Amino acid sequence: MDSALIPEGAKRCSFPKFYAGIALVGAVVLWGVFAWILIYWKGLNQTNMNDYYGFALWIWADLAIIAVGGGAFFTGLLKYIFKIDELKNIINFAVIIGFICYSSALLILAIDIGQPLRGWFIFWHANVHSMLTEVAFCLSAYFAVLTIEFIPNILENRQANKVPFFRHLAHNMHGVMAVFAAAGAFLSFFHQGSLGGVAGVMFGRPFAVREGLFIWPWTFFLFTWSAAAFGPCFTLLVTKITEVITGKKLVSDKTVHLLAKISGWMISTYIIAKIIDTIYWATVTVPSLGFELSHFYSNNSFYGYSILFIEIILCGVVPGAILIMKSTRENPTLRLVAIILGTIGVCLNRWVMVLQVMAVPVMSFDTWALYIPSWQEVATTILPIAYGIILIAVTYRYLPVFPQEHELNHANEADTVKKEVLTEDAIIKEAVAATE
Amino acid sequence: MKQENTKTHKFGMVIDLDKCTGCGSCMVSCMSENNVPFKDDESDKKKSITWMRVYKLTNGKSFPDTEMVYLPRPCQHCAGKGGHGHSPCVSVCPATATDYGYDTGIVSQIYTRCFGCRYCMGACPYHARYFNWWDPKWPEGMEKYLSPSVSPRMRGVVEKCSFCYHRYQAARDIAYSQGDKNEIPEENYQTACTTACPAGAIVFGDLNNPEHKVHKIVNPDPHPDTFNKHVVGKSRNPNVFRLLERLGTNPKVYYLSEREWVRKAGDNYREGEWDKIKNHYGATSTHG
Repeated sequence: MDSALIPEGAKRCSFPKFYAGIALVGAVVLWGVFAWILIYWKGLNQTNMNDYYGFALWIWADLAIIAVGGGAFFTGLLKYIFKIDELKNIINFAVIIGFICYSSALLILAIDIGQPLRGWFIFWHANVHSMLTEVAFCLSAYFAVLTIEFIPNILENRQANKVPFFRHLAHNMHGVMAVFAAAGAFLSFFHQGSLGGVAGVMFGRPFAVREGLFIWPWTFFLFTWSAAAFGPCFTLLVTKITEVITGKKLVSDKTVHLLAKISGWMISTYIIAKIIDTIYWATVTVPSLGFELSHFYSNNSFYGYSILFIEIILCGVVPGAILIMKSTRENPTLRLVAIILGTIGVCLNRWVMVLQVMAVPVMSFDTWALYIPSWQEVATTILPIAYGIILIAVTYRYLPVFPQEHELNHANEADTVKKEVLTEDAIIKEAVAATE
Repeated sequence: MKQENTKTHKFGMVIDLDKCTGCGSCMVSCMSENNVPFKDDESDKKKSITWMRVYKLTNGKSFPDTEMVYLPRPCQHCAGKGGHGHSPCVSVCPATATDYGYDTGIVSQIYTRCFGCRYCMGACPYHARYFNWWDPKWPEGMEKYLSPSVSPRMRGVVEKCSFCYHRYQAARDIAYSQGDKNEIPEENYQTACTTACPAGAIVFGDLNNPEHKVHKIVNPDPHPDTFNKHVVGKSRNPNVFRLLERLGTNPKVYYLSEREWVRKAGDNYREGEWDKIKNHYGATSTHG
């Protein structure tokens, strides 16, 4: 039914099967949209946020998806600026994942603010001292860059590509993509960093505050670094999931190994910096403000030292080590474990830097505050995930996202055909010999 | 005519915790004065709007040594590190919806500009900022008693204590009409909580004016603290302290108590630290 739109030579599942899947995920989207309407209609009282938890699940989701979406800017930087040509095999998909992550982040921010119609005030009445202002500007600008990076891939659709203007536009946009990759890397450096700065500048919150360089707290640099380190992990993870669902090999092992190796070294160097930052914060910053480290990890039922261990050792040191060693990196199971742990690790870091910051009591007579999100918050957080699944499914079906797809799958089919022909030849020869 | 002050005020407050009985008059008067709305269910205190909130503190000892104190907590109107006006909330607001008045020292909230991101709430360690989770509502008939001087806030924005700024504006009008635009007599500008306190525990005035009672009690140090360069305006009165002073937020709300455990409760101290620091009050103090 839609075969004219499917890339030439590519095999896709039947139209009814595809749209049955889309309808299923679409139901989740509708659930999220219903919660969103409730929130806009009745207000943020539909959430379980309160005056202690002004920042909660949504802000965590925002920070987490932007961190894992960091694969887009970092892969783009490596491909177009550092000229690592091998990454051309995964760059389209990295851009699509980035596009989904950033559009989702903007969507969640739009739901999260108390007065959505005043959202533009952040640009109009911008406070240059606020990290959130920097986030808003760089995030929006980078989303525009991602859209520009995504357009050529859309124009390569079989039907769109028949239009000469679109074909030439896509071709020429590819030619100047290095400029956008450079702009994207620049903008990402600042918005990933300023998201880290959001926590680091809160000098009234000893759990979050960090010293730093000029106006930038150390969390500024750590967030950028971790996004560049763990973003590719998420790109590889989503690629793997897509391969499992489609039953096809979409990116060659060579490309996967290369990106995994780069990610491994980035994670390892990041985690060293993170450990140094944590030690300095625990032994210098925190005591100078009158706190013991134990204050942040005791007297509550949720946040213990284990969270520190899981974030830094289990989901930082371990994936870093797996991915930098050739033998473990090239073992598919261990690599999968590493990229899953890495993705969890960066999400956990963002959780800690948002929700644990809010949970810790600061005044000596205050108490820990714990929070469980409402179903409306959960539904609107799952909404972008469902939207992402749909967008990936649609782009995979109709756009030439993976340049190696044909080579990796149809080449195998050709081999099979060749083998079958050879077998037939052998049978004929045997039959001829028997006759003789 | 545009009214401008050329003289810099620094309005502040000192609350005598030994006088406070925890009656809650300050909370009630504040809500009434500033048109703070009600909810049907006020049992979840983390969603209740209380510009002035009274905390109950105990010394943690068992009977008969138990002591307790009530600690009223309005917005602390922080001056930020070094007293430069970059208070924790003002510096983070992305839309300049909260502002530091360099002529008054008051941290204001511009309700019509706030778009409800709540970053300021996260940045405030005193939990002095409140979000309007619901549309503002009052029991039937009570709307007639709303103060015409204070605008009610809409759903989805942050609000907080303003040191009854409208009273400052009224006092400034009087000062203009009387020809001396810079002098705001102490009695002309008093917050609602100050006037409502039956025990006279709250004293309000200009910390920059040596004639004002608040200045006389606090006796703020004009120099940065020798222990922490970010701390300014530290009291030279050995019984006066501020909440979380070590963070460098530099509040303009001071507390007074003769009891050592109460003063210690104002901040966080590691083991053995309090004994070294407790007699240090102000750069010119030799008690440290």
